[in-house]
Amino acid sequence: MRGTAPAPALMPGERMKPKWMRTFWRYRWLYLFMVPGIAYYIIFHYIPMFGLVVAFQNYNLMEGIFGSPWVGLDNFRTVFSSPDFPVLIKNTLLLSFYRIIFNMLPDLVLALMLNEIRVRWFKKTIQTLTYGPHFLSWIIVYGIMFSFFAPGSGLVTTFFRDMGWGSIDVLTNSEWFRPMLVLTDIWKSTGYGAIIYLAALAGINNELYESASMDGAGRWRQLWHITLPGVRDVFILLVILRLGSILDAGFEQVYIFLNVRVYDVGDILDTWIFRRGIEQMDFSVPAAVGVFKSIIGFVLVLGANKLAKRFGGSGIW
Amino acid sequence: MQSSSWGRSAFQLFNYVFLIAMSILCILPLVHILAISFSSSAAVSAGDVTFWPVDFTFKSYSFILDNPKFLTSVGITLERVVIGTIINLFLAVLTAYPLSKEVSAFRHRTWFAWLFVFTILFNGGLIPWYMTIKMTGLIDTIWALVLPGAVAVFHIILLLNFFRALPKELEEAAFVDGAGHWTTLWRIMVPLSMPAIATILLFTLVQHWNSWFDGMILMNKPAHYPLATYLQSIIIKLDFENLRQEDIYLLGLISDRTSKAAQIFLGTLPILLAYPFLQKHFMKGIVLGSVKG
Repeated sequence: MRGTAPAPALMPGERMKPKWMRTFWRYRWLYLFMVPGIAYYIIFHYIPMFGLVVAFQNYNLMEGIFGSPWVGLDNFRTVFSSPDFPVLIKNTLLLSFYRIIFNMLPDLVLALMLNEIRVRWFKKTIQTLTYGPHFLSWIIVYGIMFSFFAPGSGLVTTFFRDMGWGSIDVLTNSEWFRPMLVLTDIWKSTGYGAIIYLAALAGINNELYESASMDGAGRWRQLWHITLPGVRDVFILLVILRLGSILDAGFEQVYIFLNVRVYDVGDILDTWIFRRGIEQMDFSVPAAVGVFKSIIGFVLVLGANKLAKRFGGSGIW
Repeated sequence: MQSSSWGRSAFQLFNYVFLIAMSILCILPLVHILAISFSSSAAVSAGDVTFWPVDFTFKSYSFILDNPKFLTSVGITLERVVIGTIINLFLAVLTAYPLSKEVSAFRHRTWFAWLFVFTILFNGGLIPWYMTIKMTGLIDTIWALVLPGAVAVFHIILLLNFFRALPKELEEAAFVDGAGHWTTLWRIMVPLSMPAIATILLFTLVQHWNSWFDGMILMNKPAHYPLATYLQSIIIKLDFENLRQEDIYLLGLISDRTSKAAQIFLGTLPILLAYPFLQKHFMKGIVLGSVKG
């Protein structure tokens, strides 16, 4: 396995070989290294992309992908004319918007507050504790929530009863469902979300603050003119990424917290796809919803990236 | 930051108090679970347990450790964690190395990079993904839990950026000494990239430990469930559909909440233990991973 940095001189017999073969030979080790990774991505990512053709078929398990009849856009018509669809879209978008509005800001605020702490061990301890919940699964979080709000014996339910405030029903109540998702998400992900902002804050040149303070700028002005512009690019990047997954709305969490009593507000596109596709083994119509989701997500990321670049940011690429 | 006006001090005080409160809020729920797991069922049903065990007992733990379902699922999780982490790290290192080359050293670098990045921007979604795995025949085997997530673009980008930040001279010196790509990668690049490797290690461990969805849909027999899926089946599968309000109430009262709490706690314990060792590296790792490749 010789290094290939200096281009090897051509052997006399090699002269006739076409250029692409020589290039290939020169990079052979690098290609070889990527073979397993590329094979993985072809099998588990690119083949499923082509699998989306079932959205244009009337797929049945016996005939398979190559035997099932083509039906054009029929599945899409079924989806878009279904009375469930507007509800699903509304639930998905509302939840996503709530997440963008209420989950992005706490990350930044926590980072700004941590950034004001000069005592290093204190800052480190707080960080370690606050990003811990990120590493718990939603199952565990739900288990904890159940322990707090279990009807009859939960910690909070009992507290409410003992205080004479009546009963509180968070887990099976439509009104509470979205706030509960957003709040548990804040609990789980804020500490972790702050990390990336902290890194950006650490990158701001200290001289900027010094000269600003010599010019008589107060703390709020420094925050506005130096700190916030310093994290703007990161913020925009995260917004772009979130826009791309706006039709996802956090499947794992929603699936776990969802129950029949809150379907009217909690059923999102992905939970619907799961029920219809995996539980009922009906692939074509859910795949059509999948195509819809993927295309919208793709377009939104490209669009947001372009927009971010136009306004002077650097975008994702 | 030398200004020490009254407003500044007040803010600092508020800041410290606020952050301490936030941290307590992050651990208190787990303390509650721990307290429940060490309490008697009677005390839990009566709602007497807050953040300290009442009628201290090991009963629920001895009960779980005799439960073959729990133990089997732990075994399967350990298996997937070990196999999955090895595959994940190996593939991430191997794939990141060629992509970390400059275009002058590897002309098709950008082309291949896009091959990987495109999968973040566009994906087939759940249904074709499931169909593909079904087609591969992995269903109901341990490989179904390992291979579909064999390597993540995010991990590749993270490592790639780390490799790029290493001094070029090291690599060149290795080549001059006659080392090939393989030797250079494993003897020089990898030992110098431990913060990035530790980060990926932590992410992979946690992800494999916590994954329940793949176990739920790719394993037909509950006996093949990994721990997270098993926990999901005991914690979540309260069939609200067929329960009346009174039933839910009863369920909260009489269900084995202490043993559930013990299982939740045991299910979290390895993460709580591994995390302090790995976390000192991973701040650095995450930050690097977010830089463009």
